[in-house]
Amino acid sequence: MSIFEAILLTVITASTPLVIAALGELVTERSGVLNLGVEGMMIMGAVAAFAGAQISGSPYVGIICGIAAGALFSLLFAFLTLTLVANQVATGLALTLLGLGVSGQLGEPYVSVPGIQLKEIVIPLLSDIPVIGPVLFKQDLIFYLSIALLFGVSWFLFRSRPGLKLRAIGDSHGSAHALGIHVIRTRYLAVMFGGACAGLAGAQLSLVYTPQWVENMSAGRGWITLALVVFASWRPWRVFAGGYLFGAVTILQLHAQAFGLGIPAQFLSMLPYAATIVVLIIISHNRRTTLINTPASLGKAFVPER
Amino acid sequence: MRIELEKRPQVSKLYAFVSPLLALVLTLIFGAVMFAMLGKDPVEALDAFFLEPLLEVWSLHELAVKAAPLILIAVGLAVCYRSNNWNIGAEGQFTIGAITGSYIPIIFYDWHSPLVLPLMLILGALGGALFAAVPALLKAHFNTNEILTSLMLVYTAQLFLDWLIRGAWRDPKGFNFPVSRDFAPEAIVPAIWEESGRAHWAFIFAIIAAVLVWFMMRFTLKGFEIVVLGQSERAGRFAGFSSKKMIWFSFVFSGALAGLAGICEVSGSIGHLQPAISPGYGFTAIIVAFLGRLNPLGIIASGLVLALTYLGGEAAQLSIGVSDKVTRVFQGLILFFVLSCDTLIYYKIRIVWSRVRGGAA
Repeated sequence: MSIFEAILLTVITASTPLVIAALGELVTERSGVLNLGVEGMMIMGAVAAFAGAQISGSPYVGIICGIAAGALFSLLFAFLTLTLVANQVATGLALTLLGLGVSGQLGEPYVSVPGIQLKEIVIPLLSDIPVIGPVLFKQDLIFYLSIALLFGVSWFLFRSRPGLKLRAIGDSHGSAHALGIHVIRTRYLAVMFGGACAGLAGAQLSLVYTPQWVENMSAGRGWITLALVVFASWRPWRVFAGGYLFGAVTILQLHAQAFGLGIPAQFLSMLPYAATIVVLIIISHNRRTTLINTPASLGKAFVPER
Repeated sequence: MRIELEKRPQVSKLYAFVSPLLALVLTLIFGAVMFAMLGKDPVEALDAFFLEPLLEVWSLHELAVKAAPLILIAVGLAVCYRSNNWNIGAEGQFTIGAITGSYIPIIFYDWHSPLVLPLMLILGALGGALFAAVPALLKAHFNTNEILTSLMLVYTAQLFLDWLIRGAWRDPKGFNFPVSRDFAPEAIVPAIWEESGRAHWAFIFAIIAAVLVWFMMRFTLKGFEIVVLGQSERAGRFAGFSSKKMIWFSFVFSGALAGLAGICEVSGSIGHLQPAISPGYGFTAIIVAFLGRLNPLGIIASGLVLALTYLGGEAAQLSIGVSDKVTRVFQGLILFFVLSCDTLIYYKIRIVWSRVRGGAA
């Protein structure tokens, strides 16, 4: 395998969790709900996936546990913000703080236990194509799922009737309610979809990216995910491109550390965070385009009139 | 079963007072369940966690040590949140304040003067304020989401501290451990009552800050401006208040308090710089601010409660053998219950058992 292929492979591994979690959050935000708890849901997914894989001996059971943990954990957020109309920003923060605490507690027995890595699935014929074959068609299940999610989410949002309804709710929950669309029910589902995706992204971290359990191993990726959705102006393909851009920055800084460019490692490690800030500035500085793209009801509570 | 909300014609004064208490009670109940699930006697565990630390003088001092940074930071955050500016990066401002404040005792360690400590405190506050000015600048001029930028800066601040301590500021006599040289005695925030424990002046600063901010919010035009802009930017603009200036004010103010907390922590409690200087004070302070209902006097009380969760975590680790991660779980639970109980202030909650839908909903 050439160095180029090796780097490409690591970029994919680093980008996949960002893409998955961001696609989930995109659907949540398109329905008008701002869930800042991605970091918490992701870390819950990571610990549940690791524990599930350890107990059952199968990483696939781990994946299911990760997805379920993310979705169930997001239900807490949905109940508080949708049923009890609590402040979405504060509740999202609470979800992250709680997630970091609970995952640390649950993961205690798994610290420094060797992990079970998810094996790659080789797709016959396609994987024989030179260069891109081994990179794209000799991957683990979660990578394929991320691609399926990309097509699925863009089809759902822009080509299906429920997707149209979901976008309508995100843009004007009052009008959507008047038309007889179930605002709260749809938002519950959207939040849980976002949670399931964040859980899957977490599973990728503890089963593929670094197959082990380390406390706080999400390391701010959930927050970068939130920035990605803004960066992508709520469009799935741009989320995908942005996710890979960030994955590339992360990997290049790691390689730069290995080559020893004379720049201290800590400064290189700052790069993904600094890049997030720079990208946010570029995207947001034009107030008008941001306003046009943002779902109009984003972050606003909905209480049906009776 | 469904839950229906009905908006109260007026904010319920009773529940505004009761809701944080209710949240604490619910947290205790859930905590008991959690301890039971971990195989511990719930009563004994809660006793070790929340009561025993309060029964000895030295541990009351420890309570003040841990409450000081929480109250200092949370008071600043309350000003931010009241004005609808979401500073989530207090942990980073705390770190940078600790670094800038440590400049004098580390670089000019030969300089002995009563001026050292006041200068350190000022530098610490300045550092925190400058670091908080970054998300303020980005929000005010580039319309950038301050939640994300202030949070990203936390990670950069921690990496910067790590670089300093492993590089330029490492103690040459420290056997290669990543610590700075110990601060000289005149660079240490003095203890309040040395004979009985460690509590130092940071706690007094915290109380003063809380009272001053309470006074500002309650009796001054600035306080009114903060509340009006926070509730409605448009209304604020009609009143002639500038939301841009408010972004700067709230961020710089909260950053300065977080920076002050940072330098007080390294000087008063630790005595040197090291890579890990905070058990998440900047994030826990968010909980403190909300539990205190964004009211500075309430924050003094809630700061003590959250400080108790840190102490309790340490105590429970020793006496009943649960991990100190329990602390974080408790902190998260408190915030969750505070937020859910707050619904009672604005809404009447009705539980509808029938499957029949009411009205058009």
